[in-house]
Amino acid sequence: MTSGVYRWMLLVVCALALPSVAWADWGALNMPVGVTEISGKVYELHMRIFIWCCVIGAAVFAVMFYSMFKHRKSKGAVAADFHESTTVEVLWTIVPLVILIVMAIPAAKVLIEMEDFSDSEMSIKVTGYQWRWQYEYLDQDISFFSQLDSASNVARQANSTVDPASIEHYLKDVDNALVVPVGKKIRFLHTAADVIHSWWVPDLAVKKDSIPGFINENWALIEKPGVYRGKCAELCGRDHGFMPIVVKAVSQEDFDTWVGEQKMKTASADMDAIRQWSQAELMATGERVYAANCMSCHQKEGQGIPGMFPAIAGSDIVNGDMDMHVHTVLNGVPDSPMQGFGSSLSDVDLAAVITYQRSAFGNQAGDILQPSHMRSLRQGLRQSALAVPQNNLKGVN
Amino acid sequence: MSYSDKAHDHPGHDEHDDHHHGPAKGLMRWVKTTNHKDIGTLYLWFSLIMFFIGGGMALIIRAELGSPGLQFVDPMFFNAMTTMHAIVMIFGVVMPAFVGLANWMIPMMIGAPDMALPRLNNWSFWIMPFAFTIMLSTLFMDSGGPAGGWTLYPPLVLQMGDSFAFVIFAIHFMGISSVMGSINIVATIFNMRPPGMTMMKMPMFVWTWLITAYLLIATIPVFAGAVTMLLTDRYFGTSFFSAAGGGDPVMFQHIFWFFGHPEVYILILPAFGIVSSIIPTFARKPLFGYDSMVYATASIAFLSFIVWAHHMFTTGMPLAGELFFMFSTMMISVPTGVKVFNWVATMWRGSMTFETPMLFAVGFVIMFTIGGLSGLMLAITPADIQYHDTYFVVAHFHYVLVPGAIYSLMAATYYWIPKWTGNMYDEKLGKLHFWISTIFVNVLFFPMHFVGLAGMPRRIPDYNNIFADWNFIATIGAFGFGFSQLLFVYIIIKCVKGGKEATTEVWEGARGLEWTVPSPAPYHTFEVAPEINSTTVTR
Repeated sequence: MTSGVYRWMLLVVCALALPSVAWADWGALNMPVGVTEISGKVYELHMRIFIWCCVIGAAVFAVMFYSMFKHRKSKGAVAADFHESTTVEVLWTIVPLVILIVMAIPAAKVLIEMEDFSDSEMSIKVTGYQWRWQYEYLDQDISFFSQLDSASNVARQANSTVDPASIEHYLKDVDNALVVPVGKKIRFLHTAADVIHSWWVPDLAVKKDSIPGFINENWALIEKPGVYRGKCAELCGRDHGFMPIVVKAVSQEDFDTWVGEQKMKTASADMDAIRQWSQAELMATGERVYAANCMSCHQKEGQGIPGMFPAIAGSDIVNGDMDMHVHTVLNGVPDSPMQGFGSSLSDVDLAAVITYQRSAFGNQAGDILQPSHMRSLRQGLRQSALAVPQNNLKGVN
Repeated sequence: MSYSDKAHDHPGHDEHDDHHHGPAKGLMRWVKTTNHKDIGTLYLWFSLIMFFIGGGMALIIRAELGSPGLQFVDPMFFNAMTTMHAIVMIFGVVMPAFVGLANWMIPMMIGAPDMALPRLNNWSFWIMPFAFTIMLSTLFMDSGGPAGGWTLYPPLVLQMGDSFAFVIFAIHFMGISSVMGSINIVATIFNMRPPGMTMMKMPMFVWTWLITAYLLIATIPVFAGAVTMLLTDRYFGTSFFSAAGGGDPVMFQHIFWFFGHPEVYILILPAFGIVSSIIPTFARKPLFGYDSMVYATASIAFLSFIVWAHHMFTTGMPLAGELFFMFSTMMISVPTGVKVFNWVATMWRGSMTFETPMLFAVGFVIMFTIGGLSGLMLAITPADIQYHDTYFVVAHFHYVLVPGAIYSLMAATYYWIPKWTGNMYDEKLGKLHFWISTIFVNVLFFPMHFVGLAGMPRRIPDYNNIFADWNFIATIGAFGFGFSQLLFVYIIIKCVKGGKEATTEVWEGARGLEWTVPSPAPYHTFEVAPEINSTTVTR
C-alpha cells in the first residue's frame, strides 16, 4: 500500500480519538522506519497489520453503528427471532483465519531474518548495570561505560531549577556514545551485572533483554551514518528511566580514527592512576563522580532517603575505618540496591569519590586515598577474592 | 450458623421458622453471613473501595507524568505506585468484583438456593480485606512498597527490603481466596442446578464463570509456587532464579506468565458473560450463536495456556519458540472475533433501546475490540520487538481492562442493581456517567498508542519533551475519568437509598430466572427448585 493511504488512515484514527490533534507534536506519532534493512521491514509489517486492523475495525463498527441507528425500538424496529446461522458462523471463522495466515507468512519471514546471527563482522558486548551501560569492543579491545549526560542529570533531579525543555536531548543523551561503523554486520552480546535490563534502539529495531548470568545475541547492520537514540526497556529499579542509549554510526575511516583515540585515552588513564594526586584534585574529580554515580540514591547533600537509601552525611562507614568504606564501594551490599562499583569505575574515580565522601557533607574523616593505592588494593582483592575483606584491606591508611 | 444463634437471643422465636426470616441485624450479620447475596454485596463494596485506592495511585502516576521533569514523587515511589496500582486493580478490583457478581447472580440464574459451600464462601471473602491491609501496609514500612512491577521479576524484586515478605504473604492470601471462590463456583454450577437446567440452558455468564473458575484453579497454584520460590531465594539461600547458583531469572518469567496469561482471560471472560446477558435484553432478541459462544470461550481458555511466552519475545528465546508463540497468539483472535461478531449479530435486526447498561455494554464491545486489534498487532513478533515494554502495550491492556473489564462491571451494576435494591437507578445520571467516562477514557488511553510507537518505554517517571503533549492530554483524561467515577458512587448510593420501584422483570426484554424473583430479591430465593422444562427461558 502507498504511504498516502497510511497517512490517511492515521489521520482518521487521530481525528476519531482526540480533540487537540493540531496542538500535539506530529513527529511523535508512529514507529520510526529506522536505518537498517530489518527496521524497515519491521515498520512495513507494523503498518500492514495496522491497516488490516483498521479495515476490520471499520467494518465491524460500521455494521454495529448501522444497526444501532436502524434497529431501534424508537424507530419502530421489531425484533427478529433468528439466533443462529451455521453459514455465517463458519464464514466468520474461516475469513479471519485466512487473514491471519496472510499476515503470519511475512511476519515469520522477517523473524527468521532477525534471528540470523551468522557472518557478523564485529562483536560488541553490552552489559547492563544499575543504571548505565558498559560497551566492550571484543575485536578492538576497547571498553567503556556510558551513562546519562550531566545536563540531563542535573535537570532530572527533584526540585531542579533547570527546565527539562531547555535541554535538547533531555534523558536521551549520554556521556560516552557507542560508536560503530556503518555497513558492517555488528553482533551485540547482551548481559547484565545486577538485574535484567533491555537494550532498545528503535531506529535499529533491536531490543534484547540483558540477563545476569546469561548472554543474549542480537545484530544490526546500519546503513546510514547518524546518531540513534534508545532507552532501557525493562524496569530495572529506581533510575530505569534514566539510562539512555546513544549509538553513533560513522564511516569506517572515522571509526578507525575513533579507535585510535580510545587507545590513547586508555594509556593516559593508566598514567593518571600511578601519579600522586592532591586532595583538591581528588575532591574535584570526586564531586563529579559522586554526581554521576551516587547522587540519585544518596541525594545531593548526601542525606539519602530515609528507609530506602542510607545517608552518606554522618555515615558510620564513611566516617569510620577506610577499609570498610572501600569495601562497601567496591563490592556493594548484598540484597540491597547498593551495587559494587569495583568493575564499573576506574581507580582514579574510585579513589576520588571515596576521598570526596570522607570530607564532603560535613564528614570528618578527611583522609585521602591515592589512585595508585586503590589500584594495588584492587589487584590484591582479585588474587584473594574469598578472603575476608577487612583483612585484605588492612593498612589502607 | 448465624440464624440459629440469633434465634437463641430471641427466645420467643421458633428456631425452625427463623430460617425463613430476613438477615440478622447489626455488624455481625456481615461478619458471619453465609448468604450468597450478602457475600456478593461484600465483595462488590470491597472492590468499589479498592477501585478508588487503585485509581488514586493511577492519578499519582499520571500527575507525575503530566510534564517532563520530576515534580511530585521520587522515582522509587513512582515504581511502587505502578506496581501497587496493578496489584490492586487486578487482585483487588476486577477479580473480587467478578466473584461478587458470581455470588449474587449464579445461584439466581441457575435456580439454586445458595452457593454450594456457604461457609467456605464467607471465608474466601473475609481473607481479602486482611490480604490487602497487609499488601497496602508495605507502603508505610521503612523499605517501602513493592517497586519491581506487578510481574515481580527477579533479580530486581529481590533487591526489595523486608516488606517483600509481607507482599508474598499477601499474594498467598489473595490466591487462597481466589481458589476457594473458584472451587465454590464450580461446585455450585455442577451440583446445584435444578432438574431440567441442562448445561446448554445456562446463561453465558454462568458458562464464562465456570471456565474462568477452572483457569483460576489451574493457574493460581502455579503463581503461588513462583512467589514461594522468590521467597526462598530471598531468605533461605536457594537459587531458583539466580544464575550464580545455577538458576535462571527467565525461568521465573516462564512460570509467572504461565499463570499470567490465563489470568488475563480470568479478567475478561466473565465480562464476556455479562455483555452476552445485557445485549440480548436490550436488543429484545436472543443471543446469536449461543453454542458457538460457549465453544469460543472454551477455546480461548485452552489457547490461553499455550501463548504465555508472547510476553517474553525479547528474552532471547529460540526461533522455533518465537514462531510457535506468535502463531498460537494470533489464533486467539479467531474465537475472540467470533464473540464480537456474535454480539453484533445479536444487535442486528433487534429492537434496541439504550439504557445505561446497554450503553456500557456497547461501549465495551467497541473499545474492547480496539484493544483486541492492538493485541493482534502485538502478536506479530518482529513488530512486538519494537512495541514490547512501551506505552503501546500500556494502551493495549488498558483498552481491554478499563473500557473492557471495568465497563462490563459498570454495565453489570446498572443492569442488576434494580434486582439487588428493588429500586431503579437514576437513568439520566447513569447515561451522563457513561458519556463522561467514555470521552475521558479515550482521551486518557488513546494517546498512549502514539507515545508508545514513538519510543516511550513504560514504567518511567520522566521523559523527553517530544512526548510531553500527549502525556499532558493523557493526564487530563486520567483526572477526568477518575473524578467522574465519584458520580458512579453517588448513583449507587442514591439507588440503594430509594428511587422508582423496580418491577420483577425490571427490563422489558429480560430473559432468565433471575428476573422471575421479586425486586429486591428476597434474602432466600429458589428454596424450592423451580420447574424447568424445554420451553422455560433460562438465558
